[in-house]
Amino acid sequence: MKPALIISAGTCGLARGAEALIKAAKDYQRKRRLHREFEIKITGCHGLCEAEPNILVHFNGKFIFYQKLKPENVKDIIEKTILKGTIIKEFLWFDSETRKRYVDIDEIPFYQKQKRILLGHNVLIEPKYIKDYMKFGGYSAVGKVLKKYRPLDVINIIKKSGLRGRGGAGFPTGKKWELCQKAKSSEKYVVCNADEGDPGAYMDRSLLEGNSHSVIEGIIIGAYAIGAQEGIIYVRNEYPLAIRNLGIALKQAHNKGFLGKNILKSKFNFEITVVRGAGAFVCGEETALLTSIEGRVGRPKPRPPYPTESGLWGKPTNINNVETWANIPQIISKGAEWFSGIGTKRSKGTKIFSLVGKINNTGLVEVPMGITLREIIDEIGGGIPGGKEFKAVQTGGPSGGCIPKSLLDLPIDYESLTKAGSMMGSGGMIVMDEDTCMVDIARYFLDFSLHESCGKCPSCRLGTKQMVEILDRITEGEGKEGDIEFLENIGKNVKLASLCGLGQTAANPVLTTIKYFRDEYLAHIKEKRCPALVCKSLISYVIDSELCGGCTICAKNCPSDAITGEPKGIYTIDQKKCTKCGICFTICPSKFKAVKKVSPPIK
Amino acid sequence: MKRVENVLREHRYQRSHIIQILQDIQVEFNYLPKEALEYVSQRLKIPLSKIYSIATFYAGFSLNPRGKHLCTVCMGTACYVRGAAAILNEFERKLNIKPGATTKEMNYSLETVNCLGCCAIGPIVVYDGKYIGEFKLKDIGRILKGRA
Ligand SMILES: Cc1cc2nc3c(=O)[nH]c(=O)nc-3n(C[C@H](O)[C@H](O)[C@H](O)COP(=O)(O)O)c2cc1C
Ligand code: FES
Repeated sequence: MKPALIISAGTCGLARGAEALIKAAKDYQRKRRLHREFEIKITGCHGLCEAEPNILVHFNGKFIFYQKLKPENVKDIIEKTILKGTIIKEFLWFDSETRKRYVDIDEIPFYQKQKRILLGHNVLIEPKYIKDYMKFGGYSAVGKVLKKYRPLDVINIIKKSGLRGRGGAGFPTGKKWELCQKAKSSEKYVVCNADEGDPGAYMDRSLLEGNSHSVIEGIIIGAYAIGAQEGIIYVRNEYPLAIRNLGIALKQAHNKGFLGKNILKSKFNFEITVVRGAGAFVCGEETALLTSIEGRVGRPKPRPPYPTESGLWGKPTNINNVETWANIPQIISKGAEWFSGIGTKRSKGTKIFSLVGKINNTGLVEVPMGITLREIIDEIGGGIPGGKEFKAVQTGGPSGGCIPKSLLDLPIDYESLTKAGSMMGSGGMIVMDEDTCMVDIARYFLDFSLHESCGKCPSCRLGTKQMVEILDRITEGEGKEGDIEFLENIGKNVKLASLCGLGQTAANPVLTTIKYFRDEYLAHIKEKRCPALVCKSLISYVIDSELCGGCTICAKNCPSDAITGEPKGIYTIDQKKCTKCGICFTICPSKFKAVKKVSPPIK
Repeated sequence: MKRVENVLREHRYQRSHIIQILQDIQVEFNYLPKEALEYVSQRLKIPLSKIYSIATFYAGFSLNPRGKHLCTVCMGTACYVRGAAAILNEFERKLNIKPGATTKEMNYSLETVNCLGCCAIGPIVVYDGKYIGEFKLKDIGRILKGRA
């Protein structure tokens, strides 16, 4: 293979300036007529978002990882690395834990503990070209299935693999397919849930942007096994690039005969269409999603009947998450035993997590089930930035919970996370440090669920509202004795009395933070103090007279004119005027660091 | 109304496409004009109340005209733990509007979103379609002065 510049251009890469790198590379290649010397590949996300914009240089079988680049660096990379084979040290990844630089992508600690079955192809495939995907065995699984297997054989393979749904609840995929296959109807549907509503999770976006063919291939195989003629991919509208790439991929799959009539000369006909969501979290829930596809307000329905019996337009419908679908071609190609050899007894295969928040190496990590949280956070994630103290990791989004330090050695699988009061969810993993207030975070999630509640169940609609009001009071310093118990009580009732997963799990963030961080609640209620110095009503900003350099920056930038003093003298904040916007705190030069937060507030 | 008719034609006048139709109308006009909704209601024979219930249920729709510039602050969890709330507060203060509103002279609209899937480089603000990662409080002034 000739040398290649592989430019990471998913949404986050583009947000960090990948476009300019692409332009620089193309311009230089054209100007110097270097088309024969190397190729430029514009791919999906490479996973280590922290390093964006990055370029992988494929040279002599190595994948050299250059990170945080500027457009003017591209010329250097072409001249030195591509043409001469020299490595440019200062562009290499520097690992904050090992304090070393790494050349090859596989040597970087972030990638070492991962098992990138699904994401690995993102760096090799240019999503615009179906032939890239086919070069790495893409669509051979469809061929294998249509030529060799009967629908029931496929279902048995998936059942044997132990694959469970990646969208949240972890229902065994093979079993779901079997239910839908057995349902009696001449019309059936398969649906791909790409609503990815969990804030902080973006693995589905990355898969669809970087390698939507793998998802499409999975859906085709599922449709064949179940006997569906029509497939729908429901994507959230907040993902324009994923929608675009998916559209291109579907067209190409059609042209190659993987979709349409008599697929690969078999008697199997199948079409896929894309439906865009419109910004309602609850539409990720399967029954709400289906009503949304039908063009109605997306409110969940009681189950049973399950969609496998009566789903879209009342017909049997099998719905799976993006990542679930992407696993299918791999299982068909490599076998059920291969897949079930990875992971724990009850959770098989890999799971993609988005490691975000207060962590050094933010990005998407794909790990075998059973790995511990500590391995992910310390070894892959490289720990917490700025020498701060780890406090908790939140999994499962608004339905999940906060897991404290004492449980970091928990091996990750569906059951263990549920036991800890959280859940697998879709794979968001938000790391929080000492500067995160757990009461504030609980309030944040509950407020989210309150706004996203569809309003059907009174327990969910009113229960979350009442809990938010109590949490508002606590964070504003108006907490009362008995509030904690009251929260626990309402929380348990909302859990019991709600119809869908949103209400059933909405209280989890509150219940887990009370369970693991009761001290913080008590500090807010009894001492009117926010230990993490977050809750506005419970803190004050002050200028440390010992540290103040009299540089005037804070006074000039204070929007409320609350800061006074003489240049080169010492500045002070008038607490009556201060609105606690925090600008002085962020703007005070790091050589002084004179602005401090204190709690309880100065009266 | 010709633009609305075009959208309807593209969707083959299918009632089940109503959400997609509204999305395309919003792309066309930047919001959902009342007249357009009435027109859709007549052409597709869907009660206007039903169209409004959809347009108000889904957070992606705006029933009011948006300003010349659109600032969207991500309030997803990852952005939130990295200080998105302070950024939103400051936008609210500087523009003197709440999220979902537009300034009087129709220059700026302020909105929030639950997550854009760029959580790794949060906090994120989208200004007129351009994603700005690792957004700092002091960037707000720069943006509003037209130097994004
Ligand atoms: C409130 C709520 C939101 C959900 N959001 C999503 C989502 O964004 N993506 C997803 O795949 N599943 C989501 N689910 C789970 C789906 O209802 C469903 O279980 C899943 O799509 C099934 O696919 P799987 O078996 O492959 O996991 C959500 C569930 C609830 C209750
Ligand atoms: S939380 Fe802001 S982009 Fe995901």
